[in-house]
Amino acid sequence: MSDPLRIEVRVNGRTRAFEVRPHHTLLDSLRDDLGLTGTKACCLVGECGACTVLLNGRSVDACLVLAVEADGGDVVTVEGLAVDGQLSALQAAFLETGAAQCGFCIPGQLMAAHALLATTPDPDRAGIEEGLAGNYCRCAGYEQIIEAVQLAARGTTGPSDAHPAADAHSARAAHPDAADRPDVADRPDAQVAPQ
Amino acid sequence: MRPFRYERPDRLADAVALLGEGSARVLAGGTDLVIRLRDGSLRPEVVVDVKRIAEIDDGIHEVDDRIVIGARAVMTDIAAHPRIRADFPALAEAALVVGSVQIRNRATLAGNVCNASPAADTAPALLVYDAVVVATGPDGERRIPIDAFFVRSGVTTLGPGELVTAIELPLPTQPRGSVHQRRTRRRGHDLASVTLACAITPDGTTRLAYGSVGPRPVLATAAGHAGPVGEVLERMLAAAAPSPTSLRASPEYRLAMLRVHAERALDTARRRLAEQAAQ
Repeated sequence: MSDPLRIEVRVNGRTRAFEVRPHHTLLDSLRDDLGLTGTKACCLVGECGACTVLLNGRSVDACLVLAVEADGGDVVTVEGLAVDGQLSALQAAFLETGAAQCGFCIPGQLMAAHALLATTPDPDRAGIEEGLAGNYCRCAGYEQIIEAVQLAARGTTGPSDAHPAADAHSARAAHPDAADRPDVADRPDAQVAPQ
Repeated sequence: MRPFRYERPDRLADAVALLGEGSARVLAGGTDLVIRLRDGSLRPEVVVDVKRIAEIDDGIHEVDDRIVIGARAVMTDIAAHPRIRADFPALAEAALVVGSVQIRNRATLAGNVCNASPAADTAPALLVYDAVVVATGPDGERRIPIDAFFVRSGVTTLGPGELVTAIELPLPTQPRGSVHQRRTRRRGHDLASVTLACAITPDGTTRLAYGSVGPRPVLATAAGHAGPVGEVLERMLAAAAPSPTSLRASPEYRLAMLRVHAERALDTARRRLAEQAAQ
């Protein structure tokens, strides 16, 4: 019962093969097996959104996905937003507006906003509120977060300008240097030794 | 989380066999199941992930005189589907208020009905549209009218080893105005204190279904000439029996809000019917 299972997941553009226990979540695996601690663990019931990542292009709460469910899938975490060490337009907008107070919710906010802008490049305020309704900020920095998303969206309205935030993942994934980024490199200990 | 065995069958028959083993739970979107695995309120020996079963799809298809929603179809896709939005707007509206974007990207309609929460937002819409739950079990396939599916919180008429493969919606044969309405404690994502759907056809036949005001969602139907609206509503809402112990809202508040939202839903459904007739 509950034997480790070998899974293969593309994480931030790089394929990782490792073993997981069936009862470990994607959140557990990202943080503990792959060392990607940008994704935060908080409510663990799908309310707060701190663990938001993209799974096959869609935002999900990683605390409610079993790691084994991601087998064969494509995962993007907050570590995958920057391209070649350059913050994405969305990340830059968060900095610009001072959207991060304590910062704990910001990875989840960024991933939810990234997913929103990928499908709705120019959302209105209500659209942003709804798009981020699954992400709590207990500092209550919502105004600055919404401003940041508006700022990033406005950056896309220029002529012939593809959306930098929404394209960041595909651009990075296609980039020949993507595999050399230290934060997504395979760790030698990626073989998991469950407790 | 307590350890369990994980199975990911490719074939429906294998899933049915696994579910027949006893302590097994179905994993579709996981937005309810994983919470309950973590808090220990469910302790299955086997978790059967149905997302790779060839016979169960995540699509929404028109087949003959009905729309077939695969058991893996998620709320995001149901809410956005043009045909659902046009012919079953109460379902699209209900799917759009389930949880957050992240939840809707994972949560399936089939999971929502199997979970049988009295507050399930999609349940009233499925009731007013006469949805049919398609299930396969050891004795083959069965088609269960949605009103005969819900029993009480967490309990349905699915038998041991039975698995929902699709949910079907009969296409409307005449114009119909319909809407979903709900009351929550706050804006943003929350469980409903009252959730309801209403559908009206040109002869005045009114179908009203409501949840979160009793152990299971209830469907009430009234003919077009049934009497003054106030009295008809009174009769249609008579089956509401909210729990006095629920934390979300008092029974008095729920009953009062049920009435308010039922009236609003009637108005909206009538207006939508008139808009259809005008087209």
